[in-house]
Amino acid sequence: MFEIKNLKASLADEDKQILKGMDLTIGDGEVHAIMGPNGSGKSTMSYVASGKPGYVVDEGEVLLDGVNLLELDPAERAAAGLFLAFQYPVEIPGVGNMTFLRTAVNAQRKARGEEELNAAEFLKLVREKAKSLKIDADMLKRPVNVGFSGGEKKRNEILQMAMLEPKMCILDETDSGLDVDAMKLVSEGVNALRDGKRSFLVITHYQRLLDHIKPDVVHIMADGRIIKTGGPELALEVEHNGYADLLNEVA
Amino acid sequence: MAVTEDVAKEGIEQETVDAVKTVGEKYKYGFETDIEMEYAPKGLNEDIVRLISEKNNEPEWLLEWRLAAYRRWVQLEEPDWAMVDYPEIDFQDQYYYARPKSMMEKPKSLDEVDPKLLETYQKLGIPLREQMILAGVEGAEDIPAEGRKVAVDAVFDSVSVGTTFKEELAKAGVIFMSISEAVQEYPDLVRKYLGSVVPVSDNYYATLNSAVFSDGSFVYIPEGVKCPMELSTYFRINAENTGQFERTLIVADKGSQVSYLEGCTAPKRDIAQLHAAVVEIVIMEDADVKYSTVQNWYPGDEEGKGGIYNFVTKRADCRGDRAKVMWTQVETGSAVTWKYPSCILRGDDSQGEFYSIAITNNYQQADTGTKMIHLGKNTKSRIVSKGISAGRAQNTYRGLVTMHPKAKNSRNFTQCDSLLIGDKCGAHTVPYIEVKNNSSRVEHEATTSKVDDEQMFYCLQRGMDEEEAVALIVNGFAKEVLQALPMEFAMEAQKLVAISLEGSVG
Ligand SMILES: Nc1ncnc2c1ncn2[C@@H]1O[C@H](COP(=O)(O)OP(=O)(O)OP(=O)(O)O)[C@@H](O)[C@H]1O
Ligand SMILES: [Mg+2]
Repeated sequence: MFEIKNLKASLADEDKQILKGMDLTIGDGEVHAIMGPNGSGKSTMSYVASGKPGYVVDEGEVLLDGVNLLELDPAERAAAGLFLAFQYPVEIPGVGNMTFLRTAVNAQRKARGEEELNAAEFLKLVREKAKSLKIDADMLKRPVNVGFSGGEKKRNEILQMAMLEPKMCILDETDSGLDVDAMKLVSEGVNALRDGKRSFLVITHYQRLLDHIKPDVVHIMADGRIIKTGGPELALEVEHNGYADLLNEVA
Repeated sequence: MAVTEDVAKEGIEQETVDAVKTVGEKYKYGFETDIEMEYAPKGLNEDIVRLISEKNNEPEWLLEWRLAAYRRWVQLEEPDWAMVDYPEIDFQDQYYYARPKSMMEKPKSLDEVDPKLLETYQKLGIPLREQMILAGVEGAEDIPAEGRKVAVDAVFDSVSVGTTFKEELAKAGVIFMSISEAVQEYPDLVRKYLGSVVPVSDNYYATLNSAVFSDGSFVYIPEGVKCPMELSTYFRINAENTGQFERTLIVADKGSQVSYLEGCTAPKRDIAQLHAAVVEIVIMEDADVKYSTVQNWYPGDEEGKGGIYNFVTKRADCRGDRAKVMWTQVETGSAVTWKYPSCILRGDDSQGEFYSIAITNNYQQADTGTKMIHLGKNTKSRIVSKGISAGRAQNTYRGLVTMHPKAKNSRNFTQCDSLLIGDKCGAHTVPYIEVKNNSSRVEHEATTSKVDDEQMFYCLQRGMDEEEAVALIVNGFAKEVLQALPMEFAMEAQKLVAISLEGSVG
């Protein structure tokens, strides 16, 4: 279970609060979606939950299976099972994609007291997962995200997610920049990871992703908090009418 | 199978990460060996020069050569143009000659070897068979070698203590021995080439080295011979207050090939120690020499106390047409580094390459780079320099590219990248370019970047800790150079990158 309780967070450099009392509970195996206008704080929520420097938590908790993630450093949160598919995945020149993946997988295994994967085991696993996402050997060899197209970067995020097998996945606009086929691949990748226990929080602006990844719950976020929660129909409503009516409701 | 290869590399990089974790001590070669030493009296004068020459049983011409160098040196002033700052060196407060007493007579078996000497080799990771040979044990050469062969010459303080694989190399016609032995066995060869690339008058430290060099390695590869194994010299400064002045001379005759590796370490000491080496390489027509260095002299402590002052002159002379040289260096150690491995591209179509990683942390200072002197037609050079600074360190790339009037249609490409970790360190790039003909082209690219917060967080979010993340990012930054190293050295170098940056984040 993933819980965000009354989370308030500000920028470290400026006296500006971005998250203003956010609440969210995602049960095991559930898929929730968050939609909301640009600048409403969706990415910020994902950064604060995963421990990115530059933000100060003013109040609240983020719990994964009862453990307060806010007390852990970012690597510990990852090892505890939190994964963030970035809205803008960064490039790391000179570092092979495989090297990066293997270092990450083994770092987490080590942190959890598990045996590290040897080269052969790792290779077998990565090939299998890469194949289903149509990521070829060349992309695995190239430096992390360097020269990848927007869609390739997003597929690469899903590959990392598949390799790391997290408990809680936050996907920040993984659908933006994807063509129709890539959208299907990514959705299939996500659906393949749905096992009744793993939970997902999908941040998106578009209903069409939710046709592929069917959410149990849809939240609307505005100005640093959740202003409305409902079923999949809420996404359709936003798609047709925009946010104006919803914003007026709360105002 | 490209993917399999990649995983082979994987293994290495994982080791990097493990190295950071397992090496508790920051400088693992910082131990000191308690061996009885024979010293010459402290200080430098003509008598000391004579004594060194006498200890090595040198011919008259070499003594005269040394004395001429000494007389010149006393007239010279220490250079101060480099971007390094260190307390004045008292050249009279140093020992110029030290050697393990046990080396005065060759031991017959391992039992007779000073166990401390063996222990040192063991700690340095040199295999047992090689340890025995280096310790001079008779018959050790006959024990079969395991795995891949690398011939080793070890220089302990002032003297070479042994060379491995000598006989096997001799069969191929390759001469690989200490320079003091070569003076005895091949005086004509030594006399012909010594000082022919780095003249006695070259610079302050080279002149000093010419006067007092005590040992080093000598390599001669005859015409048409591809050296059957990699050659390596292991330099170790152990004795206190002792300067190390080794001299390496490599001659690659027409059409020959050799790859040479150099490794260096020193104990941790509070007082800085001086190292002033000279390396000369002569490359004839169609010959090809690769010279790789992993320099890991003690860098001093976190407060900048102690460490090695490393003033080194390295130069390769491509004397024949189509001669080729490649310098690769990984500089992680030393408190002060002053070093510019250079290429004189004299032969037409000759080529020089320089690949460098210089890492400075804490209070280390490095002023390093290269000189590419294009004299022949259609000569080519390539410079790839990666400078990494952390802590309060200062890292300067200083490079000279000259195209002489006769060097028609010549090319140089320089890529010079600096990476900063933290905001108290500095990176500087000082290129000097002189083009004296119209048909040559020089390209220079330089970048300075910081270890990016976004990259760091990306790694951390995937579960790596900060040191793993920095090691990964820095190894990526330096990849082009790491790839230029022989396999074993590449592994060592990746670990060193990680270790030397310990404590640079957080
Ligand atoms: N480091 C920062 N410095 C300054 N402003 C910031 C910073 N991080 C976030 N903000 C501000 O906080 C607000 C929320 O940003 P956030 O990126 O979380 O929005 P979002 O909901 O993800 O928007 P989008 O849909 O466009 O991705 C914005 O006004 C943004 O400008
Ligand atoms: Mg966003």
